[in-house]
Amino acid sequence: MSNRAPGSERSLTAQVIIMLVILLFCVFPFYWMVTTSLKTQLVALESPPVWVFSPTLDNYREALFEDGVLQTLLNSIIIAVSTTILAVVLGLPAAYALARFEFRGKKDLWFWFITNRMVSPIVLALPFFLIARNLGMLDKHITLILIYLTFNLPIVIWICTDQFRSIPKDLDEAAKLEGASQFRIFSQICLPLAMPGVAVSSIFSFIFSWNELMFALVLTRNAARTAPAMAVSFMEGYNLPYGKIMATSTLIVIPVLIFALLASRQLVRGLTMGAVK
Amino acid sequence: MIGKEKKSTIAGFLAPAVISLALIGIAPLLYALYTSLHYFNLTNLRALRFIGLENYQDVLTDSVFWTAIGRTFVLLMTALPIQIALGLGIALVLHQPGLTLLKTLTRLGLVLPMATTYAVVGLLGQVMFNQSFGVVNQLIGFVGIDPVNWIGDSTNAFIMIVFWDIWQWTPFVTLVLLAGLTTVPGEVEEAAKLETKNWWTVLRYVQLPFLMPGLVAVLILRTADTLKLFDMVFTLTRGGPGSATEFIALMIQRVGFRGFDQGLASAQAIILLIITIVLSQLYIRFFYKEV
Repeated sequence: MSNRAPGSERSLTAQVIIMLVILLFCVFPFYWMVTTSLKTQLVALESPPVWVFSPTLDNYREALFEDGVLQTLLNSIIIAVSTTILAVVLGLPAAYALARFEFRGKKDLWFWFITNRMVSPIVLALPFFLIARNLGMLDKHITLILIYLTFNLPIVIWICTDQFRSIPKDLDEAAKLEGASQFRIFSQICLPLAMPGVAVSSIFSFIFSWNELMFALVLTRNAARTAPAMAVSFMEGYNLPYGKIMATSTLIVIPVLIFALLASRQLVRGLTMGAVK
Repeated sequence: MIGKEKKSTIAGFLAPAVISLALIGIAPLLYALYTSLHYFNLTNLRALRFIGLENYQDVLTDSVFWTAIGRTFVLLMTALPIQIALGLGIALVLHQPGLTLLKTLTRLGLVLPMATTYAVVGLLGQVMFNQSFGVVNQLIGFVGIDPVNWIGDSTNAFIMIVFWDIWQWTPFVTLVLLAGLTTVPGEVEEAAKLETKNWWTVLRYVQLPFLMPGLVAVLILRTADTLKLFDMVFTLTRGGPGSATEFIALMIQRVGFRGFDQGLASAQAIILLIITIVLSQLYIRFFYKEV
C-alpha cells in the first residue's frame, strides 16, 4: 500500500462513514415502522417515544383477522397478478413488432406509449369513476385490473422491446428460411430468449399495481378494496390506532421490497425506460 | 427480408395492445372532455347540462388552481436540485473503487425507499413527525432543537413533504447517475485523473457528458411524477393545514370527489394533461432525438 496517495486512509474512512450514514438513512424509517407495529397503543403514544419495550403481535392479529386486512391483501394480490399477466399477454406481441418491424407511424406509436406513463392518474380517475358507476362496475376487481393496464402495458412494452432488440435477427431470418410463420418465430424462438425482460417487466408491473392508491380509493368500497386503501381508511377519526396502521403498512411493504431487491439491477433501467444503459 | 412484413401481420401483433390502450386510455379521456363541457355535479345529476367552455373559463381564471400548480412547481424546484446534488455526491462516492461489499449493501439499501408504497410513506410520516410521540422531534431534541409542530404548521408541513420526497427519490437519482458513471470509458477517466487531481474538472469535462442522458431522464420523470403526486401527501396531510400542501392532483381530487363538481374537476384534469404533455413533449423532443 506504499504507492497510495497520502491521506487516502482518511478518505477511505470518510467513505465508510458516508455509506453507513446513507444506509442508516434508508433503513431507519423501516426500523421505526416495524417497531411501532409491535407496540401496544399505550406504548406507541408515549412521549418521548420509547426504544425498548416488550413487543406484541396483537396489532397484526387484530388487523389481519378482525379488521379484514387479510382480505384486502388477497384483493391486492389478485388484482396485481391478474393485471400483470394481462399486460404481458397483450404487450409482448406489440413489443416484438416495435423491435422487429418497420412501419409508418412507429415513432408516434412509441410516443403514445410514453405519454401513458406520464399522465396523472387523477385525469383518468374522474371519467373511470363515472363510467364504472354507469356500468355497475364500482368495487369490482376487474375494474382495477383493467385500469392498471394503463400504466402496466407501457412498462411491459418498453422493457420487452428493449429485450427483443438485443436478440440477434439472424435467428428470425434462419427460421424464416425454414418456412416458419412470423407468429411461430415470435412465440417459439424469440419469446423464450426474452424471458429475462418478461420477468423484470412483470415484477415492475406487480410493484406499481400493488402500490397504487388513487384508483383504489375512488373505484373500490369493500369487496375489491386493496390493502393501501384499507390502510388509509384507518386514518379516520381521533385516537388513531398507530400500531395497527404500522402493522398494516409493514404487511403492504414487505412483499414489494422483496420484489424490488430481486429486480434491483434492472430497477433504474425500468424506471427510466431504458434511457440510461 | 425482415422488416418487410405484410401489413396484416404487423397489425396483428400490435392490435391487442393498441386496442386495449385505446379503450382504457383514450375512451376515458374523451369522456372527461365531454364531462368538462357540462355542468356535472354528482349530488344533482338532474341538473346536468351543456355549458360549453364555461368550466375552462372558471379554471383558467381560478387563482386557487394556479396556486396549486405553482405550489407543485415550488415543490419540484425545491426538492429536485437537492436530490440531484445529493444523488450526484453519493453516486461519486459509490463509483470509487474498493469496499465492494459495503457498496453493494448501500446500493441495495437505496432500493428500499423507491420501492416503498407511497401511501405508506405518508402514514409513516404521521407517526415519525408527530409533535408529541414522533421520533423526529426526539432526534432533533438530542441536538437541542425544541419539538416542532410539523403537521399542523403550513411551512413545516411543506418542509416535511420535501423531506420525504428527498428521502424517497434521491436514491433513484443516485442509481441513475451511478449507471451513467459506469458508461464513462475507463481509460478516458484514468487518463483524466492522472492529468488533474481536481475532481471537479474530471466531473465537468469528462463525466458530465456521459451523465446527461440520465440527468434528462431524471428531469422528465421527476416532473411527471411531481405533477401526479398524490398518495404520500394524501395520507400525510390531506393537503393541509389549510391548503399549504394541496398539490395539483390533490386539488382536483378534492373538487371532483369531495366537492362532487365533476365538470369543473374534469376541466382541471384536462388542463393538467395538456401541461403534462407539453412539458414531456419539450423534454422528449429535446432529448430522445435519435428515436
